[in-house]
Amino acid sequence: MAIPKVCGIETEYGIIFKGGDVNPITASSIIVNAFSQGVHDSVGWDFIDEHPGSDARGFSLDDYLFPEFESQLVNTVLTNGARYYVDHAHPEISTPECRTALETVLFDRAGEEIVRRSMQIANEGLPFESEIVLYKNNSDGKGNSYGCHENYLVSRTTPFAQIAQQITTHFVSRQIFCGAGKVGVEHRGIAAKGNSSPWFQLSQRADFFEEEIGLETTLKRPIVNTRDEPHCDPVKYRRLHVIAGDANMSEVATFLKVGTTAIVLAMIEDDEFPEHLVISDPVSAVRQISHDYSLQTAVVMSDGRRLTALQIQFELYEAAVQYAARYGLEAVDQSVGQDVLLRWQHVLLGLKSDPMSVANVVDWVAKLRIVEGFTLRHGLQHDDARLKAIDLQYHDMRVDKCLALRAGLEVLCETDEVLRSMSQPPSSTRAFFRGTVLQRWPHAVIAANWDSVVFDIDNEGLKRVPMPEPLRGTKVLVGELLAMCQTPADLLARIGSQF
Amino acid sequence: MPEQIKKTRQPRSHSETQSDASSATGSQTKSLAVDLDSLLDEIDEVLESNAEEFVKSYVQKGGQ
Repeated sequence: MAIPKVCGIETEYGIIFKGGDVNPITASSIIVNAFSQGVHDSVGWDFIDEHPGSDARGFSLDDYLFPEFESQLVNTVLTNGARYYVDHAHPEISTPECRTALETVLFDRAGEEIVRRSMQIANEGLPFESEIVLYKNNSDGKGNSYGCHENYLVSRTTPFAQIAQQITTHFVSRQIFCGAGKVGVEHRGIAAKGNSSPWFQLSQRADFFEEEIGLETTLKRPIVNTRDEPHCDPVKYRRLHVIAGDANMSEVATFLKVGTTAIVLAMIEDDEFPEHLVISDPVSAVRQISHDYSLQTAVVMSDGRRLTALQIQFELYEAAVQYAARYGLEAVDQSVGQDVLLRWQHVLLGLKSDPMSVANVVDWVAKLRIVEGFTLRHGLQHDDARLKAIDLQYHDMRVDKCLALRAGLEVLCETDEVLRSMSQPPSSTRAFFRGTVLQRWPHAVIAANWDSVVFDIDNEGLKRVPMPEPLRGTKVLVGELLAMCQTPADLLARIGSQF
Repeated sequence: MPEQIKKTRQPRSHSETQSDASSATGSQTKSLAVDLDSLLDEIDEVLESNAEEFVKSYVQKGGQ
């Protein structure tokens, strides 16, 4: 049976410093530090189990990678179990591990509010004419991209080659409902052709994928990333590290992106993925599909058929419905999984009949609606700078500037729940333990990472609590224990074999 | 289909959310069918005034 699809999202935010000459690494550090200093005590990230150079195909580049000193300058763990840090000259926030797509949306939204709060605190401390502004997007329109990565727990027993081949079909075609939309093209080959390039496309990221599979994340990006760094028991699990997605402003788009991917991964683990549904040339197909917002472009499948992304998605959806009937959806949570299926069908039917009918859930449609309306109202050409400005400002994290906040997007999360999730961890995963001990004993926890917490206990020195199981350390399993312990020493004495 | 989804998900209506939408998300909770004309009116107001300069100066270091 498919294993529970524990998941999470890492978002690198675009950053600009207005009114001064400050480099983006410094500006990003100001942002992350602002939150740590303004809200709570900061606890450092523990790097002992980080192996980003380890490859799922069985070799390691760790010995060849330079240590990333700058990325270790600012690196904090938050009381909601998230990691907030500076990476590659961008502020980045990783949600805590979540048990469902809906919970992932909640913590992605909490991340947005953490970023907003950081901007507010940081800007209060800057000179009057200076301002740091963050953008939840993935490209600057000039060929530079930064990521929004998803992570899913998958079984080590499923062959990686099978996961890679089958999930690629979904990554290439899902952009029709989870693409964030982009004015212009950044792919070198096509941009160079001038007039033949489309003025608008479905995805922020599609222009940047050059390989089918590989370890890279910053150059020659692959559709399937092979980073083998499970952050949990490596004998039982893999963490599928997904780099082929856009950051979404729409909560429903995030819900569908994570929810459908989790279901498709469960199908792959149970060997129920439709084997004929494989795209012949996925690297070209990513761009061809993104570059045609009429959704008419068909790509060649390995069985010789030519299918549009919409047709591929309908076939995947049908297979998922059959899978759910036969196996159930416990791997993704039964009720959330059923909701994913309903919304998946709804968005596909909407895109098929009239894409504008899903302008309240699909980011690229919401953005296109604004850009097309603005073009008509002001009689503009498609290369007018104001259209690109709208594209960028759709993702502006300032409430008074953000266009996505004005686009009428459907909301899934209650505001008070989002605000609470800025400091409270999810109860459903080991993030509950991490977040709760940080809240209770911030001075006794000297470091934490995904799969361990290090305590400094009076008279006993440093004690590491390993957490190799993502679904232990939950509220159900350790909530009572944590509540009855008065001190961290007390906790460590009683903790026994909870993990 | 949409009605059914709304029931399971219970997205909040415009009126419900106005009171508590403080500094956090403000207008994200506006009604679903935002009228395009009023949306464009608002965009005319909030769009960066010097679009060309703004777009030109938006340069990022590549990330992951």
